[in-house]
Amino acid sequence: MRHQRLFVPVLALFLVTAPAVTASAQGEAVLGAPGFGARALQALVDGIQFGAIIAITAVGLSLIFGTIHLINFAHGELVTIGATFAFFLNVSPAGPGWHLIPAAIAAVAFGALLGGAIDRGLWRPLRARGTGMINLFIATIGLSLLLRHVVLVLYGARPGSYAQYDIQSAIDLGPVGITPRDLTVTLLSVLVLLGIAALLQRTRIGTAIRAVSVNRDLAEASGIDVQRVVLVVWMLGGALAALGGVFFGLVEIVTWDMGFKLLLLMFAGIILGGLGSAYGAMAGSLVIGIVAQMSTLWFPVDLQYAWALLALIVVLLIRPQGILGRRERVG
Amino acid sequence: MDWSVIFSDAVRSGIGPIAAVYALAAMGLNLHFGYTGLLNFGQVGFMLVGGYGLAITVATWGGPMVLGVLVGLASAVVLALLLGLPTLRLRADYLAITTIAAGETLRLFYRSSWAEPVTGGVYGLQRFANDFYEISPIPRGTYGVWLVEFSSRDVWVLIVAWALVALVGLLLALLVHSPWGRVVRAIREDETAVRSLGKNVYAYKMTSLVLGGVIGAAAGMLQAIQVQSVSPDTFDPGVTFFLYTLLVLGGAGRILGPVVGSILFWFVLSFLDSALRQAIDAGYVSPELISTSEIGAVRFALVGLALIVLIAFRPQGLLGSRKEMMLGAR
Repeated sequence: MRHQRLFVPVLALFLVTAPAVTASAQGEAVLGAPGFGARALQALVDGIQFGAIIAITAVGLSLIFGTIHLINFAHGELVTIGATFAFFLNVSPAGPGWHLIPAAIAAVAFGALLGGAIDRGLWRPLRARGTGMINLFIATIGLSLLLRHVVLVLYGARPGSYAQYDIQSAIDLGPVGITPRDLTVTLLSVLVLLGIAALLQRTRIGTAIRAVSVNRDLAEASGIDVQRVVLVVWMLGGALAALGGVFFGLVEIVTWDMGFKLLLLMFAGIILGGLGSAYGAMAGSLVIGIVAQMSTLWFPVDLQYAWALLALIVVLLIRPQGILGRRERVG
Repeated sequence: MDWSVIFSDAVRSGIGPIAAVYALAAMGLNLHFGYTGLLNFGQVGFMLVGGYGLAITVATWGGPMVLGVLVGLASAVVLALLLGLPTLRLRADYLAITTIAAGETLRLFYRSSWAEPVTGGVYGLQRFANDFYEISPIPRGTYGVWLVEFSSRDVWVLIVAWALVALVGLLLALLVHSPWGRVVRAIREDETAVRSLGKNVYAYKMTSLVLGGVIGAAAGMLQAIQVQSVSPDTFDPGVTFFLYTLLVLGGAGRILGPVVGSILFWFVLSFLDSALRQAIDAGYVSPELISTSEIGAVRFALVGLALIVLIAFRPQGLLGSRKEMMLGAR
């Protein structure tokens, strides 16, 4: 049973990538355009890389939803804060000028602390006051506005890049070119995702998180400290968001509103995969990343996010519970 | 610090055209969220199709402005149907995410190079409301009392905009006190109970979505007319967030809630802007801490903080009733 459940995400990854590869092969045969297959393969690799970064940030969002049923509109800001905190330690003249690797580790720790602080300082008191769920959604909007503009004041509106690994030449792997930096980021992302899967499947706290997601009351009655689980989920979510932010800032660029732009893609990923399921969030985010990058083969680049969001709406029409969601009433 | 300047800035903003536009858009949102309990986070999408419906008809295709207004309203109906069809059967949280995604998708499509021949891409469209200003009965000049002054152009916009707000408010008041309004409010409280009484909940929600969306489109058109231009980036998801802020501030589920909320929201926003600017000039706040270019960001951060505080301590806003706004997990 355990192994079957671990098998699911791998299978989903395969199912997602296999049609894309065959489609690109067919496209080559039909169009006969030289290099289309290679371009498709390149887009696929870019898509997996982009999707893996979205997945890292989206898993936390999905776990938070799974345990306390809160849609955290401020999750994008946790991503931005992770990226800009690393930027401060790494590049900023006012900062200590650390190498990116320790700066990233510090940013992840900071993200975990921030996630925990937000849970303890804001959501727990609000829950204790009996604030309704929908009002809590609106409170996360307020938090998002607050954090985003605080970052804008502290970081500024200018985009920035980290001091290390900025410009690299691509290494060729067959028809696909990828920079060592992007390859490392992708591999690290996949490793982190596997690590989360192992955490959820193998450890006591992982089992507790899954138990609270499935049935909070039953978990509480079985002696699980739900408040502690929620705190751990927030810290995990904050840490993962910060890591995703550093990765995204590394392969793209650091801006004050990067997280807010990623937020909708994260939402698309977790709904696509099934709201509240961590593995669903991983699979859904990969689909979103691949759709976004593959769409550039046929459509203008400035529409790539739009196609990803459109994919979300189409999936809701066909399969509202998402790719890996449990079959339950969602209406 | 010159307090008369600060106060007149705030008053001008509080009764200004933008306050009317936001009041109108929030009235549509109030019908969705305050009365029907639909968590629509894509209200800005309705404003976008309204504004662009008008602008494209007149500026791109050279049609008359009246036709443009009709096209704008019709596109809101179409958008509501397209959006409602897959999402209204879903739970509130799904609806929230899907609507915000739909609004952002629309913005990305309208600003893309692909749509540029029709929508003007990132530059948008300009000068399509001349017909509106030509029928203005207000003679040229500036009007106002004390330091609060508007040009004759703005006065004409203000009269039309606030008249529209009053008209829509009246219609909404009649609507929510009709049998239809009672059913819709019952859906907000307990959907299953309404369904068990044999009401078609889906159809009621859809009607509410269409009506609120049309009101949102009217607001979008008003905004487009007021500046004689539409550009895609004025319709970002942040607008919906502000609409929620002022709706919660004024009181959701009350006819006057969005109006009071909008006036107060823009009054306070402008007050903070002007006061901060003067405090920096006068040296009360060191420019090291907050520079003049950061004032916009600071006041939006304060808006976010205000929203959290409101939700925590007074979720019913100024006018609402606490019992009605205890919307629980659904």
